[in-house]
Amino acid sequence: MSRETTAKTLAKTAAQAPAAVPDVIHNIGYRHYDGPRLGRAYARRSLFSQSLRGAYGLGRSAKSKVLPMLLFAVMCLPAAIMVAVTVVTKAGSLPVGYTRYAIYVQAVIGLYLASQAPQSVSRDLRFKSVPLYFSRPIERADYVVAKFAAMASALFLLTGAPLVILYVGALLAKLDFLDQTKGLAQGLVSIALLSLLFAGIGLVVSALTPRRGFGVAAVIAVLTIPYGAVSAVQGIAFVQGNEAAAGWLGLFSPTTLIDGLQTVFLGGTSSFPNGLEPSTAAGYVYLLVTLGVIAGCYALLMRRYRKAGL
Amino acid sequence: MTVIVTESLSKRFPRVTALDRLSVDIAPGVTGLVGANGAGKSTLIKILLGLAPATEGTAHVLGMDVTAHGSTIRERVGYMPEHDCLPPDVSATEFVVHMARMSGLPPTAARERTADTLRHVGLYEERYRPIGGYSTGMKQRVKLAQALVHDPQLVFLDEPTNGLDPVGRDEMLALIRRIHTDFGISVLVTSHLLGELERTCDHVVVIDGGKLLRSSATDDFTQVTASLAVEVTDTDTCPDGTEALRAALSAAGAVVTSAAPGADGPAASGHLLHVEVSGEETYDLVRDTVAGLGIGLVRMEQQRHRIAEVFRDADAAAESSAAAAAAPTAAPAPAVSYAPQEGGAPDVA
Repeated sequence: MSRETTAKTLAKTAAQAPAAVPDVIHNIGYRHYDGPRLGRAYARRSLFSQSLRGAYGLGRSAKSKVLPMLLFAVMCLPAAIMVAVTVVTKAGSLPVGYTRYAIYVQAVIGLYLASQAPQSVSRDLRFKSVPLYFSRPIERADYVVAKFAAMASALFLLTGAPLVILYVGALLAKLDFLDQTKGLAQGLVSIALLSLLFAGIGLVVSALTPRRGFGVAAVIAVLTIPYGAVSAVQGIAFVQGNEAAAGWLGLFSPTTLIDGLQTVFLGGTSSFPNGLEPSTAAGYVYLLVTLGVIAGCYALLMRRYRKAGL
Repeated sequence: MTVIVTESLSKRFPRVTALDRLSVDIAPGVTGLVGANGAGKSTLIKILLGLAPATEGTAHVLGMDVTAHGSTIRERVGYMPEHDCLPPDVSATEFVVHMARMSGLPPTAARERTADTLRHVGLYEERYRPIGGYSTGMKQRVKLAQALVHDPQLVFLDEPTNGLDPVGRDEMLALIRRIHTDFGISVLVTSHLLGELERTCDHVVVIDGGKLLRSSATDDFTQVTASLAVEVTDTDTCPDGTEALRAALSAAGAVVTSAAPGADGPAASGHLLHVEVSGEETYDLVRDTVAGLGIGLVRMEQQRHRIAEVFRDADAAAESSAAAAAAPTAAPAPAVSYAPQEGGAPDVA
């Protein structure tokens, strides 16, 4: 009888034993993955979001967040001040048109592009991570499209945020709703073109060199030198009374290209000498050249990555 | 079932032929791909990943044609490049998670697989630190992890032991072995160091100049003609023990050479005898002969033939054929070169 009880107790303890030691790390060995594989389109989206986040330093070191965030703040600050002025003085319109804002702060956009475009592409080239991408489901076009779209989106956010601030401020100042909405829409179209154009130029220039420093300097040079030259020559042409020539000259720098476009098609006023407006014919050429440069940048990037670097 | 099949695969560039009608069948397991620099190893991997079109011939990986299903193949295959490929400013975890997503794994699965894989390759707390501060050995592990994170069926490892110290090398080789035995993933590994492949591979493919030199199981390379190195002492009765043993063994019908096959330099000293092993009885014969002569046996060790001998044989064959081809034209040359020497002889005298 007592022996039976003991046996029962023993059996009971034995049964409880495994439950009594929960703090054991089991070596579970290698586990195979049999979940879903989402393929190319998902990989392309992942690369896009990683690059877009990277353009604002998200998912990177704290140090690399400083510059993009600072430039973002610098972009928005003038807009906030203008809104404050408009609201306080009860002015009848915003001091600056939606389409023209980006032209005013082009230096900030240029700095942002120069700091982030090399980060996006030179980094993969420099540390030779490109073969790792191409040994995965994505193709060359996926890589280029994802990087291009990410850079353009980052620029669109950068240039779009102040426009939204202006719009909200304008509505707070009880300016005409229809006018303002139309202005915002035109502004967004203009910065969309600007983002695509600048992203393309920035990426092509950065993809030429695996060295980040060269990339930064080259992007700044490509944006500022033509702008300076075009502005100077435009000034001379204008002083000599050759206004048509001054209009056409705007074709030769990225900033004046966008400036001319927004003046002709999006109801803006240009920063050309004396607010000069290119003719409508010139406007169509501006549009063609802009789209051509964007397509050309894409083609050049595709060419750049033709050798997978394996 | 084979994981890789190529049929008369050729890749020609305007100036060089990287692959020349290469036909190989590679079975699951660990396969070594051996070849000198420029032998076509990288080109082969590139074609197998579907990244470069072959000039002619076909290649199938995991039963899929490389030209038609490149993307699907790459989803199921891992690749570890030879060169450094890691950005220094992110942590191993972040980097491998990103690479897992690039292979199509959903975000949560990517994180879980990354943690698992990094643990399997032997990276623990370091994985949260930026890669820039890692040692070469740790970087190699991260590179391996990114190739394994999506649980491929086959991995291509390009020179995985490059730059590692002997201990790191051993660990990496053990890891490669485990990839197949524990993880069940087939491996195609390239290396210049044949000794490494002998230890890890089931099968070795040797290519040279884009041509298949040999493809067979590692055992075939190393065991078929094993030999026995014997070193003996000299005694008063046998002043030259080595010579006496050689005579006795030869008399007993064993094949004896004094230099190791293919060995060179001081290693081939006269005190070592190499006896070709024809079976168990060879060991007995050596023991009995040594005992009969009354000399001391210093050592008796098994020596495997090395894969390197495949190259040496190939070189020798190439040289002899080249010599044969050159012989008729070269024949007059010695006559010319002897002439001045004959003329010069009196001076010396």
